[in-house]
Amino acid sequence: MALQTTTVAKDPQHPIDPAAGAVPQPEVSPDLMLVKQARAGDSGAFEQLVMQYERQIFRTALHITQNREDAEDITQDVFFKAFQKLNQFQGNSKFSTWLVRIAVNESLMRLRKRRSSKTVSIDQDVETDGGSIPRDFAEWRPNPEQNYSQAQLAEILRRTIAGLPPGFRTVFTLRDIENLSTEETAAALGLSVPAVKSRLLRARLQLRERLSRYFRRNEASE
Amino acid sequence: MNCTEFLSKLTDYFDGQIDPSLLAEVKAHLGTCHHCEVVVDTTRKTIDVYRGAAAYEFPQELADRLRAAVMERCRATGKLPDIKTK
Ligand SMILES: [Zn+2]
Repeated sequence: MALQTTTVAKDPQHPIDPAAGAVPQPEVSPDLMLVKQARAGDSGAFEQLVMQYERQIFRTALHITQNREDAEDITQDVFFKAFQKLNQFQGNSKFSTWLVRIAVNESLMRLRKRRSSKTVSIDQDVETDGGSIPRDFAEWRPNPEQNYSQAQLAEILRRTIAGLPPGFRTVFTLRDIENLSTEETAAALGLSVPAVKSRLLRARLQLRERLSRYFRRNEASE
Repeated sequence: MNCTEFLSKLTDYFDGQIDPSLLAEVKAHLGTCHHCEVVVDTTRKTIDVYRGAAAYEFPQELADRLRAAVMERCRATGKLPDIKTK
């Protein structure tokens, strides 16, 4: 019998044919797919990854360094480094977490350069409890942020977070502003989960204390 | 539960990662302690304000410029020969 069954050759090197579109790949995240395509030399795929995460990386760098120029440089460096190390990304963590980790390292390095005499690390200034114990128990006005223009509010928030030690600022940024989970934040910073929680608590309380002077119900100078 | 104990549970309370028996204690403390109630409300507001406000703008022009610079650096390595995988 010469009945030939045409079997589709499965290439072990390229088990996924994106053009086919019909192969179910529930295991592979869209990011991992883009990473694989970028590794194969697809610039469009890498550009897509940059587009997806440049805002988050820029904001993270800006929150940590508090300097726009630095944040712009860091954003470029982060994606360039990520591109160079693309083979090292195993897909064990989310691609965004991997990027954030690079961004945090680059940002702290930049801070260190700026204050060459002082070592800046994620551990800096976090051993003191200063300012973490609530003292201000005034209630805030309803929607207190609406008493300020957008520009004023932005300035208040910037100045307030800039007053936190870098180690607190970074945890608050990742966890509360960028919405990473506690575990992702810990992974991105190389900290334990309890350490993240403790810093997060103190960061939140310190920010609250400092914002209270703008948002409290009474005695607020408009 | 006193105020210090309450504060130590605040992060878990916010994150909804607190076991039911402890949650009952936390709520009981909140019901009787105005100071802690204020701390909870204003801390929550602090997070909301930071989350909601674009404290740092990221205009499209900047996004485009940074991305173009990144892509140029990557292409210069020769490792991005513009193969179309899709
Ligand atoms: Zn209390």
